Amino acid sequence: MIPVAFDYERATSTDHALSLLAEHGDEAKLLAGGHSLLPLMKYRLAAPAVVVDIGRLTDLSYIRSDGEVLAIGALTRHRDVEINDLVRSEVGLLAAATAKVGDPQVRHRGTLGGSLAHGDPASDLPAALIALRGTLIIQGPSGIREVAADDFFTGFLETDLGDDEMLTEVRIPKVPNARWSFQKFNRRAQDWAIVGAAVMVGSDSCGVGLVNMDSRPIRAMGVEAAVVSGASATDAAATAADGLEPPTDLNAGVDYRCHLARVLTRRGLEESGC
Amino acid sequence: MQVSMNINGEEISDDVEPRTLLVHFIRENAGLTGTNIGCDSSSCGACTLHLNGEAVKSCTVLAVQADGQELTTIEGLADGDILHPMQQAFHECHALQCGYCTPGMVMAAVSLLDEVPQPSEADVREGLEGNLCRCTGYHNIVAAVLQAAGGPR
Repeated sequence: MIPVAFDYERATSTDHALSLLAEHGDEAKLLAGGHSLLPLMKYRLAAPAVVVDIGRLTDLSYIRSDGEVLAIGALTRHRDVEINDLVRSEVGLLAAATAKVGDPQVRHRGTLGGSLAHGDPASDLPAALIALRGTLIIQGPSGIREVAADDFFTGFLETDLGDDEMLTEVRIPKVPNARWSFQKFNRRAQDWAIVGAAVMVGSDSCGVGLVNMDSRPIRAMGVEAAVVSGASATDAAATAADGLEPPTDLNAGVDYRCHLARVLTRRGLEESGC
Repeated sequence: MQVSMNINGEEISDDVEPRTLLVHFIRENAGLTGTNIGCDSSSCGACTLHLNGEAVKSCTVLAVQADGQELTTIEGLADGDILHPMQQAFHECHALQCGYCTPGMVMAAVSLLDEVPQPSEADVREGLEGNLCRCTGYHNIVAAVLQAAGGPR
């Protein structure tokens, strides 16, 4: 499988990438590690006229502590997130979710920002970011803006990113004392989750993001409210699928996905000490 | 577009279309056919090689992304007639049946031991989750990787 022919541009800086996006508009796609975009291009589900390769912008690959927040550059590879001591100690849920992405080869190439910007409801990291109440830093021609994870994922493979904008950083509030669990249910090791649940429980807070339970990565608000008000894991998890419209595919229908969401959320809450 | 990369210690340059996949460049431009194409969709791992020392699936990398980088393919592991310890372990443990997955399996296993030098059996099985053996010959493959790591733990 070979992609449709395209023009290739290699960005030498963030500003250069933004100017290339400004020049080519919606005909261009950013290429980071390529593990979301290239498969789509090979299946010819995506055929950008211009590919802007940002994979060499090493200044966007970093993990650093910034006060109460952990700041991670958008081009940080999954493997670097997975094994990072700061990520493990301050936002352990993200390390656990990242370790479940694809397989080692995929994690050597794929990037945090690339996975999030792809906006796939079946991928693991958006749910973790939602549970952790992370935010995304977006750079564009009119400057820099910060968007909450809930507002970033707008639809199936759709995000709040404009055609002329670029995701540069992910910011996650530190929760060193929180307990967490990442539950991923699939049939084969490297498959996408049929359903997944990212769960984080702090002393007076709770975050639950669900994988593959709606047209976009989604927050289980009912579960969070129930946990904070003192409900048991079983009672809180019973609301996990309320109001959601999960997809149907050859792996699972709506009823089965809703069942999985309740079971995985309960397991996640129990593992998080609820 | 002109690309140049160091493959197994040798500089290889050629003019390619931007859409050329790295695995095609390796097989057709560099003439190194030890790297196999299996599923062609980043599932099976048959096309695994090392890009700057790390295992990657070369069906999901563009040749232009590897421009200027260092690559090692299965042909680059042995030292003349002396097999790499991982190849030797695969040989001694009979860790192959049809052999199609073997180059990718060996490259993934070498990368795994770089990151986890003393793996448990579970580490090996999880570390090779990106490589499929459709003969289902996993038992001896896991044994070979453990032997190459200095025996089971």
